[in-house]
Amino acid sequence: MDNKDKNSVQQKPEEPIRPDKEHSRHIYRQMLTIRKFEENVNQLYTSAKMPGLSHLSIGQEAVAVGVCEALRSDDYITSTHRGHGHCLAKGAKTNLMFAELLGKASGYCRGKGGSMHIADQDSGNLGANAIVGGSAGIATGAALSAKMRGTDQVAVCFFGDGALGQGIIYEVMNMASLWNLPVIYVCENNLYTEYTHYTETTAGDITARAKAFHIHAEEIAGQDIRQVYSTSVELVERARSGKGPSFLLCNTYRYFGHHVGDINRAYYRSKEEENEWKTNRDPLIIFAKWMTNNEITDESGIDLIESEVQSEIEDSVKFALDAPYPDPEEVNKHVYA
Amino acid sequence: MPELTDRVITFSQAVNEALAEEMRRDKTVFIIGEDVAEAGTPFKVLSGLVEEFGTERVLDSPISESGFTGIGVGAAMTGMRPVVDIMFGDFMTISMDQIANQAAKIHYMSGGKLKVPLVVRTNLGASRRSAAQHSQSLHVWLSHIPGLQVALPSTPYDAKGLLKTAIREDNPVIIFEDKMMLQDKGNVPEEDYTIPFGVADIKREGSDITLIGTSSMVQVALEAADQLEQLNISAEVIDPRTIMPLDKKTLIDSAIKTSRVIVIDEGYDSYGVTAEIASVIAEGAFYHLEAPVKRIGAMDVPIPFSPVLEDLTVPNPAMVVEKAKTLFSGI
Repeated sequence: MDNKDKNSVQQKPEEPIRPDKEHSRHIYRQMLTIRKFEENVNQLYTSAKMPGLSHLSIGQEAVAVGVCEALRSDDYITSTHRGHGHCLAKGAKTNLMFAELLGKASGYCRGKGGSMHIADQDSGNLGANAIVGGSAGIATGAALSAKMRGTDQVAVCFFGDGALGQGIIYEVMNMASLWNLPVIYVCENNLYTEYTHYTETTAGDITARAKAFHIHAEEIAGQDIRQVYSTSVELVERARSGKGPSFLLCNTYRYFGHHVGDINRAYYRSKEEENEWKTNRDPLIIFAKWMTNNEITDESGIDLIESEVQSEIEDSVKFALDAPYPDPEEVNKHVYA
Repeated sequence: MPELTDRVITFSQAVNEALAEEMRRDKTVFIIGEDVAEAGTPFKVLSGLVEEFGTERVLDSPISESGFTGIGVGAAMTGMRPVVDIMFGDFMTISMDQIANQAAKIHYMSGGKLKVPLVVRTNLGASRRSAAQHSQSLHVWLSHIPGLQVALPSTPYDAKGLLKTAIREDNPVIIFEDKMMLQDKGNVPEEDYTIPFGVADIKREGSDITLIGTSSMVQVALEAADQLEQLNISAEVIDPRTIMPLDKKTLIDSAIKTSRVIVIDEGYDSYGVTAEIASVIAEGAFYHLEAPVKRIGAMDVPIPFSPVLEDLTVPNPAMVVEKAKTLFSGI
């Protein structure tokens, strides 16, 4: 199987769990919220209203939403530098997210974390992490903690193909398998380790790495939310019922650059490739089509969701732009608890 | 302050007792690290704990310092109080991302929402003929990272009290024990007590010179003080006990009182604990000093194997006495 085939959206032999009508509309709304949130992040960046930079996950929405929809609010996630989608999918509010990205006091982290460090314990988000692979230990530790405390919580560790180069991933997978921990390692392979195709940095078979630790592993088309969701439901159930860790490889694509300033990408990927994914494998288009084909909603229903999300995002951007910056005396608060 | 006690136990037993008492008191306390269970670590400090608390709370890990330290961070963030055991202080370098980039920063980066009540127990100190990768004293690395606290017990009494404080702290704490002190004996109360961080201990009062020592260098300073007494020099010996936070006031007050200061620490001389404390004294007591603040740290070389060479690199009482003499005229 060549790479192109591996990344194409193919129907699994068995019909995946079909989300019901209401849940389907919610799923679509969640994906669209992430899409529009990040389009506005890009807009804020290019209009010089956002400090620093940001890593957009546009194109990868189905992975974040499909996995998080399979979780309870008290389950844990850890995220990455490309983490807005995970945070929103796990329950973060767009207004407090924007405020954090703009360095405002009302942001999720009081303006101290920014784009790469959104954390929200109320929604089980143990934090986005700007060290590639850096949260693998945290997610695995949260799973150990859940087991020790006797809860049935599950922890999900999101990471990208780039993190496959980090040793800690394998150290903690080894322990997760030894100790049968309720953790799911979700690898989003968006094909590019920053500016380098993953085949130049990643030897062998990715899922075989997990299987070597006797960790149950699956590879799916990450652009098809129904596949992501149904597989995640199975893996979460496995973890929750004491059957141990699993590894989910989601083949996906980011439409934008490594970060918002990565505009000229011709040296590492072609426009044709980008257009192919945007046109034929877009998770929102695929799911909208499935919804209309199955009479879950019609064009006007989708338009309604669109206008509601658009209006929420506009309000949230305004909230964040109008929000005050932190007081200077905040600077050395929260160094120690 | 607990009652004075006649009970004498070793430093190692004091550490073991602190862990056992805290694990009995709080079900969320657990130990994770290499060979911590049946082996009780190569130093046998943890002997007996797995028998009482089981392998669920005394977890033998693979040799994966980065991985199990990270697991400790995640467990600490979600309701547990892990004590991560790093067998040799030198191996802290392997777990450094999890400590310096993760544990230290999570509370701040989350705007105060998430807490990391993590303890990392490890060691420092040369003189075991263990060469360059098993002998370093790297405590200053951790002291340089805001968000971490660093404790350096120098007696069995302090070992028990500081470790209990560390376990009850809501912040990540790195506690360094000198491998050479594990069999040292001292008075340790059986009862429960804690020692607050950031409070130095005056181990010996004196009036002519202040010797500030950390960890096993406290004993070096005390032996030097005995020798200086023969020269009619009255030395005060102070142990900061924690270098982050640092009890600057006690150090400065003593410097003002005695007007001469030597700082002794087993970390490397350059950019080390001695440099930080010397600058604290210089800023706080400059106009009361009769002489420049002097520093004695480990020689700036990888720790050599041969005993003849290794002993040259570690501060000893004779070095302190010689340095002290240079601060007084006519001796």
